[in-house]
Amino acid sequence: MKLTLKIWRQKNATTKGELKTYPIDGVEGDMSFLEMLDVLNEGLINKGEEPVVFDHDCREGICGSCSLQINGEPHGPDRLVTTCQLHMRMFNDGDTIVIEPFRAKAFPVIKDLVVDRSAFDRIQQAGGYISVNTSGNTIDANTIPVNKHDADESFNAATCIGCGACVAACKNASAMLFTSAKVSQFALLPQGRIEATERVLNMVAQMDKEGFGNCSNTGACEIECPKGISLENIARMNREYLSASLKG
Amino acid sequence: MAILSSSIARKVAMALSGLFLVFFLAQHFTINITSVIDPDTFNSWSHFMGHNILVQFILQPVLIFGVVFHFIMGIVLEIRNNNARQISYKSFKGNKNSTWASRNMIISGAVILAFLGLHFYDFWFPEIVHKYIESNPLDATRYYPELVHKFESPVRTGLYCLAFVLLALHLWHGFSSSFQSMGWNNKYSKGLRAFTQFYAIFIPLGFIFIALYLHFNQIH
Repeated sequence: MKLTLKIWRQKNATTKGELKTYPIDGVEGDMSFLEMLDVLNEGLINKGEEPVVFDHDCREGICGSCSLQINGEPHGPDRLVTTCQLHMRMFNDGDTIVIEPFRAKAFPVIKDLVVDRSAFDRIQQAGGYISVNTSGNTIDANTIPVNKHDADESFNAATCIGCGACVAACKNASAMLFTSAKVSQFALLPQGRIEATERVLNMVAQMDKEGFGNCSNTGACEIECPKGISLENIARMNREYLSASLKG
Repeated sequence: MAILSSSIARKVAMALSGLFLVFFLAQHFTINITSVIDPDTFNSWSHFMGHNILVQFILQPVLIFGVVFHFIMGIVLEIRNNNARQISYKSFKGNKNSTWASRNMIISGAVILAFLGLHFYDFWFPEIVHKYIESNPLDATRYYPELVHKFESPVRTGLYCLAFVLLALHLWHGFSSSFQSMGWNNKYSKGLRAFTQFYAIFIPLGFIFIALYLHFNQIH
């Protein structure tokens, strides 16, 4: 497959970037998108040019590191996959592919296609945990009965890998799907109820502080999420937040 | 009061004001449709709405506040949302994952606002002048002829119909979205969404029907 890549190149966080065009040949349908970029980078290095910088780690769709806006969609045209699991068979010979970093004020570009997603870490740190006494008297979690539906919903929310596709897809760069998944995974379990009030208040406050936009319920985040995190989580977070605010 | 400045509280305020306007729209439509069914009923209901103290001095100010609040909050949210992505994508395919109506509430809202300006110019301001400035004597039969007269112009009728199409798009997303903003997303949501979409089509289509009916059935 012969392709034309238009890739966002930006030297560092303070310089202005631009799209640069790179023709690439010999791309196989079975290659993953990142393998295709590896091939491009190998060629660039051999020519003495600076390779394209992009985030990646597990390449198994579970770490949430890879984060590319491909042809106008986070993680590209396929559904329920991360960029590393996107395969080149989704494209046709002669295609032009535009590759950009995830864009949000809260996700500043570090270099080329790499963005700083530590805003998500700070939201998580604001309340995405439960406090467990590990002094030796810890109660086995399995001894506390949990409704099957709630357990499943909690697990589904917990599958969020924090890749940031929800922010990237949202026209408002809202982080509500991510935050709501992290709120929900605890809110649905008895162990999480103890700190539920402070958790939702603190996490939403941190989300707002980071400069993410407001959710306008377009549903783009749910469609583009590689883990299929549902909008129901946002509704749950809204309920939790309103109830927590009224409690004071 | 951190709640007042939070993103979720703003969305809930937007949803509540929107639901209030949706309710008002149904009431407005109910009165207007009588102009097609029975002009006398339209006259008597209009007279009641125009002279009832509760409607004029309590409900009307609340309605105006609701409209202004919804509009201002919409602008505030739009500015904040635009600010959250200062560098735009070179390629952004919103149509792959969301509806036009959901992405362009500010456009449909702006058209509706412009329409409200025309609507106030056509009906509300003349009514205020008639009642409170010129202090004309009561006449419970004047409403239907005044209404029909306004729809003589094909341009005005066309503008009204265009605004109602944008209203339909605004309601298509906004009505069901307001429930999600307030935390309502459960097994009944599918049915509720079907109802809101029916409402989003039925009410604006009804208003379009009334405008066209009045335009093509002029009093001679």
